[in-house]
Amino acid sequence: MSTESKTLFEKVWQQHVVVEPQGEPTLLYIDLQLLHEVTSPQAFEGLRVAGRKVRRSDRCIATVDHNVPTTIAGRLHIIDQIAATQIATLRQNCAEFGVEFYDVNSHEQGIVHVIGPELGITKPGMTIVCGDSHTSTHGALGALAFGIGTSEVEHVLATQTLPQSKPKTFRIAVEGELPRGVTAKDIILAIIGQIGTDGATGCVVEYAGSAIRALSMEGRMTVCNMSIEAGARAGMIAPDAITFAYLKGRRFSPAGDAWDQAVTEWSKLPTDPGAKFDRELIIDAATLVPYVSWGTSPGMVAPITSSVPDPAAAPNEQERKGLERALEYMGLTAGTPLEDVSIDRVFIGSCTNGRLEDLRAAARIASGYKVSTHVSAMVVPGSQAVKAQAESEGLDRVFREAGFDWREPGCSMCLGMNPDILAPGERCASTSNRNFEGRQGRGGRTHLVSPEMAAAAAIAGHFVDIRNWEVKA
Amino acid sequence: MEPFRTLTALAAPLDRANVDTDQIIPKQFLKRIERTGYGDFLFFDWRRNAAGDPDPAFVLNDPRYKGAQILIAGKNFACGSSREHAAWALNDFGFRAVIAPTFADIFFSNAGKNGIVLARLTEEQVAQLLHNAKTLPNYQLTVSLEDQTVTDSFGFNATFEVDPFRKFCLIEGLDDIGLTLRHEATLDTFEAKHDQAGWLKAKAS
Repeated sequence: MSTESKTLFEKVWQQHVVVEPQGEPTLLYIDLQLLHEVTSPQAFEGLRVAGRKVRRSDRCIATVDHNVPTTIAGRLHIIDQIAATQIATLRQNCAEFGVEFYDVNSHEQGIVHVIGPELGITKPGMTIVCGDSHTSTHGALGALAFGIGTSEVEHVLATQTLPQSKPKTFRIAVEGELPRGVTAKDIILAIIGQIGTDGATGCVVEYAGSAIRALSMEGRMTVCNMSIEAGARAGMIAPDAITFAYLKGRRFSPAGDAWDQAVTEWSKLPTDPGAKFDRELIIDAATLVPYVSWGTSPGMVAPITSSVPDPAAAPNEQERKGLERALEYMGLTAGTPLEDVSIDRVFIGSCTNGRLEDLRAAARIASGYKVSTHVSAMVVPGSQAVKAQAESEGLDRVFREAGFDWREPGCSMCLGMNPDILAPGERCASTSNRNFEGRQGRGGRTHLVSPEMAAAAAIAGHFVDIRNWEVKA
Repeated sequence: MEPFRTLTALAAPLDRANVDTDQIIPKQFLKRIERTGYGDFLFFDWRRNAAGDPDPAFVLNDPRYKGAQILIAGKNFACGSSREHAAWALNDFGFRAVIAPTFADIFFSNAGKNGIVLARLTEEQVAQLLHNAKTLPNYQLTVSLEDQTVTDSFGFNATFEVDPFRKFCLIEGLDDIGLTLRHEATLDTFEAKHDQAGWLKAKAS
């Protein structure tokens, strides 16, 4: 094979190399920085202290998502004064430094990783950063997108660049047709379960194969979103006709001749035949099933048809202790069938599964049913645009009639930085991305599932195998 | 950033793998707009019980480890959220170095920006250090960034890898933005050309 063959990642990387100083990391140009209230205040303050400006405010977009309450009343008057100050600080910083800001009541507001693609801000071939580890979501459109810390946020604000050591490449191909009831969420949960939460550390993962190509843009975003849960620096999927169809006509997408030129450029990005990856993994789509996480790390997942694992079967003592601690925290007994685990709460939303397609899928399951009397369930659209579109399709009505709470957009219960939290001991079926101890509230117990599995669990009151669900709609 | 050359200090054993940044600094403390003052909240949910009282079973509440500046932990330390608050909290609490078999990527970068030295040793070496720190009173380690070694006074001697540029920045305590701006002229030229690629603009006009 030709030595000229390059991977998608290598092409994007090369187009953004500003300089490669001898003995130092590469200086990489950043096309877009997304900002939110939690990880930016100290970065803007750093600029002020050093007397620096934002180099390219046209390459920055800001919104509020982590802290905002998801009830209308809660948004009118944010009771948590520290959260309110953080939101006000972002508003002030954006005004002072000239950064476009989508405020709490703007039609563009939403989870930063939902609004980037839906506004057509995220595009193939871009380098994108944000002070949030789920920035990997944007890789679904063929961008190189990764989470950074606040010092790096400041660095990008000041220079529009980042010093970066070149990551390794890891191709994960999911080949074949997904069985019925198995979703993008199940693909990524299966991958994390297989390679572990540090399985892709130091790597940019390219997801490939026929099952990935068959996914919608929303599904691809779900897969790339959780790359970080496998330790990856970023996840990417080659842009194709599905990507272009998704982007065409979006508010900040190119139009006319510029669109044609953009498609020509984007079409050059997919990995060349014969390009070498540092690592490769092939997964047979036919072997995948709906998964449920049972522990306190996203790698602790199991097929819905299986049982809570036994720590005694762990290969070593540190792992056994880890499993025991996880089961103790989760209040689970080894050997319990996962379908027998009953739940108290359901959360449908987040940058992982808060897009329109996710809500449609959950509504299809919920339609005609009622939420179990011992379950409190909520649906939180990922953005104002998702909410508006869902309402125009009547999804809000389906959810409300079934007994789900229909909320305003934000990160909500994915991370519990706002009023949406679990009480200690409460067990939640969640479409979010992390089941860490206390993630959704101190003492809260999180089980990661797909939107369909979450909706069905809300109705049954316990986990169920979605493949056996009778759809009434 | 405070320069780091060599540190000899008490070492505390955190014998857990996959410690995530949600544990290092729980989300309720991320709402502050300051860069300092996070030390009291380090490992908050592990250090304090539901009533807010110190949990005597947690290692950092053990008086034996009071004043520890070196933390020894299991693999994949500081995975999860990108919050730099994790590095700020470790720093504020007094930790200047962390020893583990592996670290998560984003934290690895964040630690460097805050003068915290991360030493990757083998699983066996870390297991040995965890054992020593648990069983030997006032167990001190020396982390030398200059020599890239971790040593104790009982004969433990391990070397760790560190990127030469990262080492240089940590030893000198250098500000990254200043370093990047050495290349400003090159950046200006690159950027002018790069701006021609309309398909890479956030907003196509």
